[in-house]
Amino acid sequence: MSDLREEHLTEDAAGGLYWQPAAETMPTAQLGELQMERLRATLRNAYDNIPFYRRKLDEAGVSPDGVSCHGDVADLPFTTKIDLRDHYPFGMFARPRDQIVRVHASSGTTGNPTTVGYTRADIDTWGDLIARTLAAGGVRPGDLLQNAYGYGLFTGGLGLHFGAEHLGCTVVPISGGNTERQLKIMRDFGATALACTPSYAMYLGDAARDRGLRPEDLPIRVGFHGAEPWTNELRLQIEAALGIEALDIYGLSEMGGPGVAFECLCKSGMHINEDHYMAEVIDPETLRPLPEGEVGELVFTTLSRQAQPLIRYRTRDLCSLTSEPCACGRTSARMSKPIGRSDDMLIIRGVNVFPSQIEEVLMSIPEIEPHYQIVVDRKGYLDIIEVWVEVGEDIFAETMGDLERFQRGVQAQIYNVLNIQVAVKLKEPKAIQRSEGKAVRVVDKRKAL
Amino acid sequence: MKVTQLTVFLENRSGRLAEVADLLGQEGINIRGFSTTEAAEYGIVRLIVAEPERARQVLHDGGFTTHISSVICVKVPDQPGGLAQVLDQLAEAGVSIDYLYSISFWNICFAVKDVDRAVELLKDRVTLLSDEEVRAL
Repeated sequence: MSDLREEHLTEDAAGGLYWQPAAETMPTAQLGELQMERLRATLRNAYDNIPFYRRKLDEAGVSPDGVSCHGDVADLPFTTKIDLRDHYPFGMFARPRDQIVRVHASSGTTGNPTTVGYTRADIDTWGDLIARTLAAGGVRPGDLLQNAYGYGLFTGGLGLHFGAEHLGCTVVPISGGNTERQLKIMRDFGATALACTPSYAMYLGDAARDRGLRPEDLPIRVGFHGAEPWTNELRLQIEAALGIEALDIYGLSEMGGPGVAFECLCKSGMHINEDHYMAEVIDPETLRPLPEGEVGELVFTTLSRQAQPLIRYRTRDLCSLTSEPCACGRTSARMSKPIGRSDDMLIIRGVNVFPSQIEEVLMSIPEIEPHYQIVVDRKGYLDIIEVWVEVGEDIFAETMGDLERFQRGVQAQIYNVLNIQVAVKLKEPKAIQRSEGKAVRVVDKRKAL
Repeated sequence: MKVTQLTVFLENRSGRLAEVADLLGQEGINIRGFSTTEAAEYGIVRLIVAEPERARQVLHDGGFTTHISSVICVKVPDQPGGLAQVLDQLAEAGVSIDYLYSISFWNICFAVKDVDRAVELLKDRVTLLSDEEVRAL
């Protein structure tokens, strides 16, 4: 397979570049065979090295080597975020610790994050997938990528960083925030590419305009924006504000981070790196695979990851797939922009938040009444969360200072668990609407970005 | 000698303070003194009333969160230095005061965003005081 790994920047048919042309334009029949071969290796790796998967596959009566066609995939067991949480921190790793060179983590459904491990080969593959992503937007050595994704446990910052170095462009690890410095560095260094969440891209665009900068004053040419859902309308706004081509990228930490799928300059769906990830769309109720084109829950199986193979991982993102040929020349299937979630997860400034996490914090505070509401809204382009709490007689003392201390205390506890700033709002008893049946815990006032 | 004070939690919505006054009025509970904190997202109103326990029940039933506490009421000599005389005693002993308000004389002072409009609304219904009249009290 050495030819598939060959790195050779060549022009695609959409004005961008291939990073690994042989892999990216592989005939679909050959791609299908490669997927089955890698799937069997993945199942073998999982079966031999992860007790959880040995049990699951035995229960399903599936032998790792017995999977011979795509139709057999439907017999394989699913993996969920809860499975990952249950094996926190390293119970889902298929390699001994002396082969794990990095661990990232994302927020989980409780206080425990879910962890992601990488071998050196996994990091190299990740670098290739990000290099493909950047190259598809026309980035090459000589370009300067301003990486405004957060660095740290979050996979966005370091993922883009290593991929950019792997491609050979210059990467500026500026991380998120500090808008003034972002705009200065962008102009002083001559950044030609930008990576950040779509909401932050729009925020930067507005900030530039407020300072009298026109799009042509900013050297950037292309932006890579993911980690939260966004619409084509926002794309047009970002493109106008910054004078760039704004491309969507898709990934999730459980799959290793960004680099799972990316847009080419045709901007008509995200190309899935199918030589490394097998995608399915299922009905989230019946769990049966859906025909191409229908909207359902996206499910991925890793095909090359050594440290942490995942079988039929339920992303909870709702989207559709198409295998129609793309004008850029890539042969991979494309996924639509996710249009929602099959669970109640909120994505707040790129951070995954489950209402149940907030509820757990609130319920651990004895004075808080069981009535609360989470209100999600957007100020400008940034998401904000308000947590409405009713002031019962257990909370209420007789000075404002006591109430403010209580408010700040709850905010701090939520921050400790979720790493997001929320605004706790104190409400009178019964101020939060009671509903018959299931309480309305989350009010999302955001219009689609 | 301590006095019972009733404290009520209020969200900053127009009409909420009036509802407290209405509820107590309907129950024939006389308000002898009160203060409010400056309105932000929420605030608290402190009341000295004739029957604090019954007032608390009335407000509780009306859906308000309340709190009962003990405070000290002092008759302040109506002369220059009168207030200082009271406070000096505490200051010398290192006792700090959390809050303080005056009660039982029925001239109240309050602030609204549009003072002129409030004056228009009230002038034919209540007795408004001028600068001079306040000084002469």
